[in-house]
Amino acid sequence: MNLADFFAMGGYGFYVWGSYAVTAALIAVETVLVRWRLRSAREAIRASEQR
Amino acid sequence: MFRSINWFKFASPASFYPVAGHLIPWFAVPAALLAAVGLWLGLVVAPTDAQQGDAYRIIFIHVPAAWMSMFLYLVMAAWCAASLTFNARLASMMAQALAPTGAMFTVVALWTGALWGRPAWGTYWAWDARMTSELILLFLYLGYMALRHAIDEPRRADRASAVLALVGAINVPIIYFSVRWWNTLHQGATVSLTSAPKMASIMLVAMLLMSFAAWFYAIAVTLIRVRAIILERERRTTWAGDLAGAAR
Repeated sequence: MNLADFFAMGGYGFYVWGSYAVTAALIAVETVLVRWRLRSAREAIRASEQR
Repeated sequence: MFRSINWFKFASPASFYPVAGHLIPWFAVPAALLAAVGLWLGLVVAPTDAQQGDAYRIIFIHVPAAWMSMFLYLVMAAWCAASLTFNARLASMMAQALAPTGAMFTVVALWTGALWGRPAWGTYWAWDARMTSELILLFLYLGYMALRHAIDEPRRADRASAVLALVGAINVPIIYFSVRWWNTLHQGATVSLTSAPKMASIMLVAMLLMSFAAWFYAIAVTLIRVRAIILERERRTTWAGDLAGAAR
């Protein structure tokens, strides 16, 4: 199997990769957002302690 | 001499916060490994389907995402029931932490379903019972989050959103049994506990690996979010200040 066939997915590439790409993007976004949320919660507490 | 563990100790946000922090890598790393093997089996090793061609490969995310969307809702509703029964803050925080991940998996199930429906049935969307009830599930997650957001006082938000989540739980068996109760465009169960799976074993293994990956991912991301929620809600306590100052 060559790489072009793999990406073509037997003509269903749009549907298959459209599914996998959006899922991967959503997981990446959620992972980043949840870490931001934890970091900003920590920073908010540190900021309030320094007052 | 007995050395018993006091489990109720972990029911307090202050003691659960560091426990959650230590647990996260034990779920995040297996999630990545399971997904890597599952993707390799599903996209490379598993053969092309005789009827559906390669379009069927969407199953390796569609089915795990759909399972997680329903399962996480039930877990969220169970935490809500616990929060109403025991008036426990940590239970509400767990429910609050699960909702965005449940909503994310619902979006994935709907999106991949649409992209699979087009080649399989010739349409991205139909108002059949399975798809409509899954869309209602998304609105329940969003409604739960919106209601929480709309109420300033956290303990009131806990109670109101818990009631909403519990009433909405009736939708989960409706989704699950919709393909049996109604004549739907959506096919029946692919895998059930009572009959032999209707798919090749390599496909089944890949799908189960992806399901476990989704499970571990959901636990890891929920634990990170519940830590953030604990700090957000307990920020006026001294221990929260101590924890935020510590490295972990």
